[in-house]
Amino acid sequence: MTDSTMTPDEHRRADEAATGPMLAADGRPLKVSLNRALRRQKLRAMLLIAPLLIFVLVTFIAPIADMLFRSIENQIVSDTLPRTTSELATWDAETGEIPPPEVFDALFKDMFIATERKAHTRLGSRLNYELTGVSSLFRKSGRRVDDMGEVYQDQFEDLNDFWKDGENWSALMGSDAWRSSMSDWDGKDGRSAPAFEPRSDVASTLPETVAIYREFVDFVLSEDDNPLAEDPWAVVYAALYEDLANGADVSAVSGAGAAELLEAEAAASNFETVDYTAAFADVDKDWHSIEVWQTIQTYSPDFTSGYFLNAVDMQKTPDGPAMRPDNERIYIKLFIRTMFMSLVITGSCILLGYPVAWILANLPARTANLLMILVLLPFWTSLLVRTSAWKVMLQQQGVVNDTLVWLGIVADDSRLALINNQTGTIIAMTHILLPFMILPLYSVMKTIPPSYLRAAKSLGATNWTAFWRVYFPQSVPGIGAGSILVFILAIGYYITPEIVGGTTGTFISNRIAYHISSSLNWGLAAALGAILLAFVLGLYWAYDKIVGIDNVKLGG
Amino acid sequence: MVALTPVERTEPSFYVPVVAAFGALAGLFVGTAQGSSLLGILVGAALMGVIAFVLTKVIKDERRGRLALLVALAAAGFSMGGIAAGIIGAAFGWFFGWMSFWLYESRYRQHLVPYLTPGQVLWHYTFRVICGAILVFLITPIIVVMPLSFNAEDFFTFTPEMLRFDPAGYSLKHYEDFFTNSDWQGALANSVKIAPAATLLSVAFGTLAAIGLSQPHVPFRRAIMAVLISPMIVPLIISAAGMYFFYSRIGLQGTYIGVVLAHAALGIPFVIITVTATLVGFDNSLTRAAANMGANPVTTFFRVQMPLILPGVISGGLFAFITSFDEVVVVLFVGSAGQKTLPWQMFTGLREQISPTILAVATILVIISIALLTVVEMLRRRSERLRGMSPG
Repeated sequence: MTDSTMTPDEHRRADEAATGPMLAADGRPLKVSLNRALRRQKLRAMLLIAPLLIFVLVTFIAPIADMLFRSIENQIVSDTLPRTTSELATWDAETGEIPPPEVFDALFKDMFIATERKAHTRLGSRLNYELTGVSSLFRKSGRRVDDMGEVYQDQFEDLNDFWKDGENWSALMGSDAWRSSMSDWDGKDGRSAPAFEPRSDVASTLPETVAIYREFVDFVLSEDDNPLAEDPWAVVYAALYEDLANGADVSAVSGAGAAELLEAEAAASNFETVDYTAAFADVDKDWHSIEVWQTIQTYSPDFTSGYFLNAVDMQKTPDGPAMRPDNERIYIKLFIRTMFMSLVITGSCILLGYPVAWILANLPARTANLLMILVLLPFWTSLLVRTSAWKVMLQQQGVVNDTLVWLGIVADDSRLALINNQTGTIIAMTHILLPFMILPLYSVMKTIPPSYLRAAKSLGATNWTAFWRVYFPQSVPGIGAGSILVFILAIGYYITPEIVGGTTGTFISNRIAYHISSSLNWGLAAALGAILLAFVLGLYWAYDKIVGIDNVKLGG
Repeated sequence: MVALTPVERTEPSFYVPVVAAFGALAGLFVGTAQGSSLLGILVGAALMGVIAFVLTKVIKDERRGRLALLVALAAAGFSMGGIAAGIIGAAFGWFFGWMSFWLYESRYRQHLVPYLTPGQVLWHYTFRVICGAILVFLITPIIVVMPLSFNAEDFFTFTPEMLRFDPAGYSLKHYEDFFTNSDWQGALANSVKIAPAATLLSVAFGTLAAIGLSQPHVPFRRAIMAVLISPMIVPLIISAAGMYFFYSRIGLQGTYIGVVLAHAALGIPFVIITVTATLVGFDNSLTRAAANMGANPVTTFFRVQMPLILPGVISGGLFAFITSFDEVVVVLFVGSAGQKTLPWQMFTGLREQISPTILAVATILVIISIALLTVVEMLRRRSERLRGMSPG
C-alpha cells in the first residue's frame, strides 16, 4: 500500500503507531488535555448560569408546578372526614339505600372534630362546587353536632363528678411520662410540645376513646392551651360510651380512674343512646339523600380529575364523567370565545401591521427611523395608559363617539356601543398588540432585497403577481413569528378585557382571576390555568420550531 | 433611489376635478356638521374646483396664492365656529393649496420611477394614506390623553371650553390631585421601591447567565434557554395564580420581598434576550488577549467585557424596569394593600371610582416612556457602533 492510497485516518493511525499519541505542551496526550479544557469550559458556563437557573426555578417554575398540583389535589375531603370516607368506601350507591349506621357514627365524630377546628365550612364550600346546597348543610350540621354529643356527656357527668374534670381525664388517658413532661413544658424557647402518649392499659382497653382524645390534645395544643386541665369535647364521652358498649374489659385498667370506669361500665347499659342516622336526618333531611353521600364518596380520594372535568363543562357521575346540562356549560364557550377573539385580534394585527412594516422596510432609513418612533412609542407606553386611553376614547360620551356625532355620521341618540363588549376588547387589544406584529414583520422584510420585486416586474409580472408570488412568500416567516407572538399574548390577556370587555368581551383569564379572588375555587382556577398553559406551551413550542427562541427581538 | 422622471404641468381637466373631489369630501363633513350633507358636497366641490383653477391659472404665484387661501379659509372657519373651526379652516387651506400645486406641477411623479402607469401612481399614494391612517391609529390614544389630562372638569372628553381654547377649560387640578393625594403618592412610592430592586436582581443574575449561555459549549443550552425565557411566554394570569398559591405557602404572599422576587422573575427574559444579542457580536479573542496580558477573570470581566456589553445590559435593565414598573396582574395577586403600586392604583381607578387623575398619571407615564425609549435607542446605536456595525 502506498501513501497515496491511504485515507487521512489511516495516516493518523500510522503516525500514532510510529510516534505514540500526539502530546500537549505539558506532556499529556493532546486528546485528554483537550477534553479536560472542554469540561472546564462547560463547568464554567454552568456555574455562570446556575444562580439564575435556580432563581427562576424557585420563583417561577415552582409556583407553576404548585398550581398544576392544586388542579388535581383533593385531600381536603379525606383530611376533614377521615373516618367517614373510610367507612363509606364499601357503600354502594347503586342499592339506593342510605349508608349504614357506622357511617353516620363516623360522620358524627368527624363532623364534631371538624367543627371544633372550624374546618367544616371549608369542606362545605369545597363540596358545594360539586353539589349545590352542601355548604349550608355542613354549616347547619356544624351548629347542631354539639348537642348530639352532649347526650352522653350529661349522662357520664350525672353519674359521677369525676367525669366533669379535665384533670381527671388527662390522668386517665395520658401516661405518667407524658404528663410530667407536659407540665414541665412552658411553650417558650421554641420547643414543640411533647407528643401525646396514652397509658398502655387504657390504650388497649379503650382504643376509640384514646384516638379521639389524642385529636383533642392536638387541638388544645394548637390553641396554646394546657391539655392537662382542659375539659374534653363531648365527642370523647361518646367514644367512651362506644368503647364500653362494645364490651371493653375495663377491669384491666388500674390506677387513676379505674373505679369510675367500672362504675360507668355498669351504668352504661342503661344509658340513653343516640341514633346518629336519625339525629342527622333531624338536622337536615339532606343527610338521607343519596346524592349528598354519592358526592362525598366520589370526592373521597386524595386526587381528583373533578376540577379538570369542571373546566371543560363535565362532571363526575357514578357512571363516569358526563357533560353538564346545557344551561350550566360556560367554560367551553369561554375557551372558544377566547380563541375566536384572539384569532380576530391576530388577524387584524396582520392586516394593519403588514402595510406599516412594508413601508418601514422600504422607505429611506431616515424617514423609516422617524416613523419607527410612532410604532415604538406605544410599545414602550404603559399598558394601563393605553387601556385607559381606550376606555376614555370609546365611551358613550367619549372622544370617538363625540367626533362621529359632530361629523354627523351617527345621531346623538344612537351613539355606538364601543366599550364593555367584544368590539371594545378587539379594538383596544389590536392597538396594544400591533407593535408585536410590526416589529418581527419589519425585521423579516428588511432582509428581502427590493431588487427581487423589480426583477419580477421587469420579467413581465403585474404588480399583484410580483407581490403575491415573489414578495409575500418571503415575508411569511415574519407573519408566522408575529402571529404566534400576538396570539400567545392575546389568549392570556387579563387587564384590557377586564377594563374594556364588560361581560361579553372577557377572556378565560378573567374567569381564572374571578375564581382565585372572588369564588375562592382555587382548584378550578388551577385547572383552567393548566389547560390555558398547555395551549400556550404548545404554541411556544411551535414558535421555537419556526422562529427559534434565540431570535426573539425587542424594539427592532 | 433617485428617479429622474421628467415632469410637465398637467391640464386643468385633470387636476380641477381631483381637487374638487377632495373638496366634496371635506364639504361632506362640514355640511353634515352644519346640517345638510348634500349642500356641503356641492358647495365643497364647486368651491375647491374653482380655487384650484384660480390658484394655478390666475394667481400663478404659488407662495402668495397658498398663503392667501390659508388665511381666507382660516378666517371663514373662525367666523363660523370660533378658534377650533378656524384651525380646521387653516388646515383645509394649507391642504388644498398644497394639493392644487402638487397636482398642477406634476410633483407627485417626480420621485417615482418613470415607467409607472397612472394606476400604479394612484396605488402608491393610496397605500401611503392607508399606512398613515394605521400610524395615526397607533399614536392617537397616546396623544389624546395628554390634552384631556388638563381638563378643568371631571370629564373624560373634550368640553366645549377646551375646544374653544378657553383658558378656563384647562387646569392642572388633576396633576395637583396626583401630587397631593396620599393614595397616589403611596402607590408611586411603592412602585419606586419595588421596580429598582427587581431590576437589580434580574440584571445581576441575567447578565451572568447570558455570559454563560453564550460560551461555545453549554450542555442543554436550548432547554435552559426555554426555562429562562418562559416567564415572558406564560400568560401573566397563570404566573400570578401560581405565585399566589406558592408564595402563600411559603409566607411570601403580601410581602415586599415576594413582589420583588416575582417581578425579578418576570424581568429576566428581557435581560437574557438583550444581553445575549449584544454578546453575539462580542469578540472572544479580546478576553483571551486580556488573560494573555496577565489579567485575572474578574479584571477581564470588569475592564474588558463589561464596558463592551454595557449598552446591552443597560437596555435589558430598562426593559426589566419597565416590566416591573408597568406590571399589575402579578402584584395584584402576590402583593397586599401595603404593596399597592402605581399601575395597581390605576387599575382600581379604572375599574371602580373612575377619576380623571388617571389621565394625569398616564401623561406623566407617557413622558417617562418617551425618555426611556430615547435612552434605549441611543444605547442600541452606540452598541452597534462599538461592535463595528453600521448604525441602523
